[in-house]
Amino acid sequence: MRFMLLFSRQGKLRLQKWYTATAERDKKKMVRELMQVVLARKPKMCSFLEWRDLKIVYKRYASLYFCCAVEEQDNELITLEVIHRFVELLDKYFGSVCELDIIFNFEKAYFILDEFLMGGEIQDTSKKSVLKAIEQADLLQEVYDYF
Amino acid sequence: MPAVSKGDGMRGLAVFISDIRNCKSKEAEIKRINKELANIRSKFKGDKALDGYSKKKYVCKLLFIFLLGHDIDFGHMEAVNLLSSNKYTEKQIGYLFISVLVNSNSDLIRLINNAIKNDLSSRNPTFMNLALHCIANVGSREMAEAFAAEVPRILVAGDTMDSVKQSAALCLLRLNRTSPDLVPMGEWTARVVHLLNDQHLGVVTAATSLITTLAQKNPDDFKTSVSLAVARLSRIVTSASTDLQDYTYYFVAAPWLSVKLLRLLQCYPPPEDAAIRGRLTECLETILNKAQEPPKSKKVQHSNAKNAVLFEAISLIIHHDSEPTLLVRACNQLGQFLQHRETNLRYLALESMCTLASSEFSHEAVKTHIETVINALKTERDVSVRQRAVDLLYAMCDRSNAKQIVAEMLSYLETADYSIREEIVLKVAILAEKYAVDYTWYVDTILNLIRIAGDYVSEEVWYRVIQIVINRDDVQGYAAKTVFEALQAPACHENLVKVGGYILGEFGNLIAGDPRSSPLIQFNLLHSKFHLCSVPTRALLLSAYIKFINLFPEVKGTIQEVLRSDSQLRNADVELQQRAVEYLRLSCIASTDILATVLEEMPPFPERESSILAKLKKKKGPGTVPDPEDNRKERCANINGATNHSSTTANAKASAPSFIGDLLAPVLPPINRPRPVSSLSLLPTPLTPLSLQAYAMPLSPSAGSHFQVSSPASDLLSLGSASTLNSTPPSAPKASASLLVDVFSDNSPTAPIGAPAVVVADENFSRFVCKNNGVLFENQLLQIGLKSEYRQNLGRMYVFYGNKTSTQFHNFTASVVCQDGLNSQLNVHAKPADPMVEGGAQLQQTLNIECLSDFVEAPVLNIQFRYGGILQNISVKLPVTLNKFFQPTEMGSQDFFQRWKQLGAPQQEVQKIFKAMYSMDSEVTKAKIIGFGVALLDGVDPNPSNFVGAGVIHTKTSQVGCLIRLEPNAQAQMYRLTLRTSRDTVSQRLCDLLSDQF
Repeated sequence: MRFMLLFSRQGKLRLQKWYTATAERDKKKMVRELMQVVLARKPKMCSFLEWRDLKIVYKRYASLYFCCAVEEQDNELITLEVIHRFVELLDKYFGSVCELDIIFNFEKAYFILDEFLMGGEIQDTSKKSVLKAIEQADLLQEVYDYF
Repeated sequence: MPAVSKGDGMRGLAVFISDIRNCKSKEAEIKRINKELANIRSKFKGDKALDGYSKKKYVCKLLFIFLLGHDIDFGHMEAVNLLSSNKYTEKQIGYLFISVLVNSNSDLIRLINNAIKNDLSSRNPTFMNLALHCIANVGSREMAEAFAAEVPRILVAGDTMDSVKQSAALCLLRLNRTSPDLVPMGEWTARVVHLLNDQHLGVVTAATSLITTLAQKNPDDFKTSVSLAVARLSRIVTSASTDLQDYTYYFVAAPWLSVKLLRLLQCYPPPEDAAIRGRLTECLETILNKAQEPPKSKKVQHSNAKNAVLFEAISLIIHHDSEPTLLVRACNQLGQFLQHRETNLRYLALESMCTLASSEFSHEAVKTHIETVINALKTERDVSVRQRAVDLLYAMCDRSNAKQIVAEMLSYLETADYSIREEIVLKVAILAEKYAVDYTWYVDTILNLIRIAGDYVSEEVWYRVIQIVINRDDVQGYAAKTVFEALQAPACHENLVKVGGYILGEFGNLIAGDPRSSPLIQFNLLHSKFHLCSVPTRALLLSAYIKFINLFPEVKGTIQEVLRSDSQLRNADVELQQRAVEYLRLSCIASTDILATVLEEMPPFPERESSILAKLKKKKGPGTVPDPEDNRKERCANINGATNHSSTTANAKASAPSFIGDLLAPVLPPINRPRPVSSLSLLPTPLTPLSLQAYAMPLSPSAGSHFQVSSPASDLLSLGSASTLNSTPPSAPKASASLLVDVFSDNSPTAPIGAPAVVVADENFSRFVCKNNGVLFENQLLQIGLKSEYRQNLGRMYVFYGNKTSTQFHNFTASVVCQDGLNSQLNVHAKPADPMVEGGAQLQQTLNIECLSDFVEAPVLNIQFRYGGILQNISVKLPVTLNKFFQPTEMGSQDFFQRWKQLGAPQQEVQKIFKAMYSMDSEVTKAKIIGFGVALLDGVDPNPSNFVGAGVIHTKTSQVGCLIRLEPNAQAQMYRLTLRTSRDTVSQRLCDLLSDQF
C-alpha cells in the first residue's frame, strides 16, 4: 500500500498515512486531486478506480471516506477489508466511533493504524492482538492533572 | 466538545482543536494558529523547564497544526527529547511527531537513531515496537544504514516476542523497499523462511509479506518457501471456519494470510515436485469449489474476504498458465461474476478475464462471454466498469469476432466518457488494422472513427490509414470513393479533410471517371473546406491541389486561379504563402513530363510496427497493453501483408529513420523540408539532375522520392554496414523533421549484425514493368532512383545514386552484367561513374541499352563502394523488360480481328487466367496497359469491359507484332489474359510480365 487517507464528505482531510517517501508538496497535490475524484463518484459505483499509476480502493463510512492507494498487483477486495478491519478497530476502541473521535483523538487513530498496518503491509489481522497492544499502552500511562 | 473517551486526556489540546473547529473563516483559523504557535514557542524558549506532560501536549498541538496543512519549523528538538522519556505515552507522541515530520537534519537524525537504538536494546517489547515502527515509518537511508543489520537479528532471535517479530519483519520489508542495497542477505534468510511454519498466524502473515518482497528480487534464495507456503495454504483452506479463532474473518479462514501466500507463490513457476504441485492444485480446486457453496453470512465482508482469496487464486492459476482445466474453471467462475449484482465483483471479473484472454488455454472460453461484456459496455453506470469492459473486448478480440467488437466499440464511442475516448479510438484503430481481412472495412472503420470522435483521433491514427492505403493498391480506389463521399457532409472534422485531401491528391484519378466525382467536383469539394481549416491542413490541401494539376490537366486553370489569388500568394502565413508561390510557379513552367515525375504517386511505406500500438503502450504504461495476437502466438497476416510478425518488427528496428521530405507534411519548419521549387527551378534539363538536397532524388521533391521501400531484402543488403552505422549514425534523423518520420522513428537504428551477404534485390522490379521512373532500391546508406526512356530497340536509363549518409562513399563503382546468354540479346553500356560520392550528394550514371533480340532475363546492376572503411556490395535487378521496346500501334476493329486471326497458330497464343491482386478498377487497368507500351484500342472488343491493345516489339534483328486482350470478371475477381504474337517466346514473356500487374 502506498498511502491511506481519511477525509470527510466536505473534503476535510482527517488522517493521512504515507508508506513511501513523498515530498510535502506532492502529497498536498495528490490529496487534493484524489479527494476530488473520489467525492465526485456516486454511491452505487464500484469501490475501485485507476488513478495515475495506482489502484484506488475506497469506501465510505457515514461522513468519512477511507481511501487506500495500492499497487497494480495488489488485491482490491482484501484492501477493502483492510479498511473495514481498521474501522472495526476504531469502533471497538472508541465505542461507536464517529468523525469527531478521530478529530479530537487523532493521535490515537494514528496509533491504532500503526499497530494494524506497518510499512503499508498488514501486521496482524487479529482484532484482539491489535487492541491488546493499544490497551496495554493505555494502561501504561499515568493520570495527570488537567492543565 | 465530546468527552475524551479513553486514555490520557490532553485537555489543552482538546480545547485548541475545538477552537479551530469553531473558527468561521480561514483567516480566523490562521490567526488562532499563529497565536498558539507563539504561545508554544515562548513555552519552549522559556526559562522554566517544561515537564514531560506539557512537552507532550505542545508537541501534539504542533502535530495537529501540521496535519491541518500548515508549516511547522520548530519543536523537533522537544519531540526528540520525548523519545528518551521513560513514560510510554510521551515516547509514543515523540515517535509520532518524528514519523510524520522527519526532516533530513543530520544532527537530529543522529539523536533520533540514538534513541531508537536504546529502545531496541531495552528488551521492553512495547518500546521495541515503537522504535521499529519509527524506522518503518521514516524508512530513510540514514535509518537503513544504522539498523539494517540489527533488525534481521531481532527478527530471527529465538527469544524475541511474537509481536516484536511481526514489527521486525515489516520493518525489514520497508527498509528493503527503500534501500535494498543496504539490507544484506545472510544466514538469517533461511530462518526467515521457516517463520512460515510459526505457530502464531500474525507472525506468519508479516513474514509472508517480507518473504514475498524479498523473493521478487532474489527468487533463488527463497525457493524453499514454496513448499512451506503450499503446506500452510493447504492447512488454511481445509480448516473449519472456527479453527483459526481470531484469524477467521466473517467465517473465512485467514483471508489475508491466504491472499499473501497465493501472492508469494506467484513469484515462482508451478512447483516441480509432483506432490507439492498436486497439493497446490487441490488447494486451488478447493478454493474454486468454495465459491460455489452457499455463503455462510449475508454480510458483504464475508463475500469480499472469500472472493479476495478466490481472485488471488485465479491470479495464480493465470500466472502458472499450465492447467487447462483450472483456467477454464476460473473463466467460468468469472463469467458468473460478470452478472453479479455487486458492482465491485463485475469490475474485478472483467479485469481478471483480461489476463485470462491472453492465455491460449482459456482464450476461447473467455470469448463465450462476449455478449455479456458488450452488454456491460452498454448498461454499466460506472465509467470505470465500462473501461474494464472495453479492455476486455480488446483482449478477447481475434479474427473471428473483430467485426462485432469493433462495431460495438464504435457505437459505444458515440456516448463514451470523454476521459476514455482517446484510448478507445486507439484500440479500435489497432483492432481494425490487425484483423482486417478486407481493407474496405478497415477504411470504413477509420473514417467512422474520425466522424464519431474526430477530436480524439490522434495524428498517429490518420497517418496510419494513409500509410496503409498507400501500401495497398487494392484499397486505393475504394478509399478515394469513400473519402469523397464522407467529405460531402456539410460539417466534417478537420482530420477527415486531411485524410481526404491526402487520398484524393494521390488517388483522385481512380474515381475521376465517374461524372459525379469528376476532377472539378473533387477539387471544389476539397476547396470548400479550405477556409474552415487550420494552417497545417491548408498546407496539406495546397499540396493536394498541385497533385491534382498533375492528375487532371483539365483543372489546372482553376487551381492556378486559386493559387494566384491574393489570399494564397500573399497569405500572412509564410508556409502557405511559400507553397502557393512555389506550386503556382511549378505548374506554370514545368512540362507535363516533369510534373508527372515530381508529383508521382507515393511509393509504399516501409513496413513497421503500428505506431498506434506504441502510443497505446505509452499511454497505458509498458506491459499493460499486450498485443493480443502476440500473446496467443497466433500468426495472422497483418494488414500490410507481412505474414510474419516478428520479421516485420525486426525490419522496423533495422531500418534507420528514413529521410522523409514529405510533400504533404504540412508543419515542417521550412528549413528542414526540401523546397520543391528551389530544386526544380535550377534544373536546366529534365534529365540532368543537380543534387540540391541530401538524399533527395532529382526532379522529385515529392515525398515519392524520399520515402522509400525498406524491404526485408534491402535490409539484408545493409548487413555489412552494421558496425559503421552504429559508430557514425547517419545524419538523417536530425533533418527528418517531417511528421511522418517523427511518428515512425521511435526505433533507433540498430543495424543487424552478421557477415555481408549479397542478394540480388528485385523487390521493386515488377513495379517498373508499366512505368519508367521511380525508386528502385533503398537501404540505410544508399538510394537508387531510375529514370528511363525507350525508342524502338534503343533505350537510355539514368541511374541516380543518393548517398543518404553524411560521409563519403569511396571507390564507388557501378557496373551492369548481362548473365547467361542475355549478353547476346541485350547490350547494356554503362558509362563509368565517379569513384567518390560525397555525403548527402547524388551521383548520376547513364546506361545505354540496345535490344538485339527478345529476352527473358534481366541485367543486374552491381554496386560496390567503401563506407567508413567497410566494403559494401549491392546488387539490384535492373528493370529492363521486353515490353520496354514496344511501339504502340493504333488500329481499327477490322484490322485487329484480321490480324488476330492471322496469329491463330497454337504456339503463337498464350493465355493465362489469374486472380486479381489489386482492385479491379478499370481506370487503373487502362493506365497499366498503356504503361505496358501498347496502344489501348477502344471500341474493338464487343464487350466494353474488356481491354484490347496492340503494339510492335522492336529488336535489332526483328519486329514482333503483338495483340493483347484482357477480360476482367469482376464477380469472380479473376482476369483472363490472351496474347498473340508471331513468336512464341515473346508471347510467353509478355504474358508473364503483364499478368503480374493486375
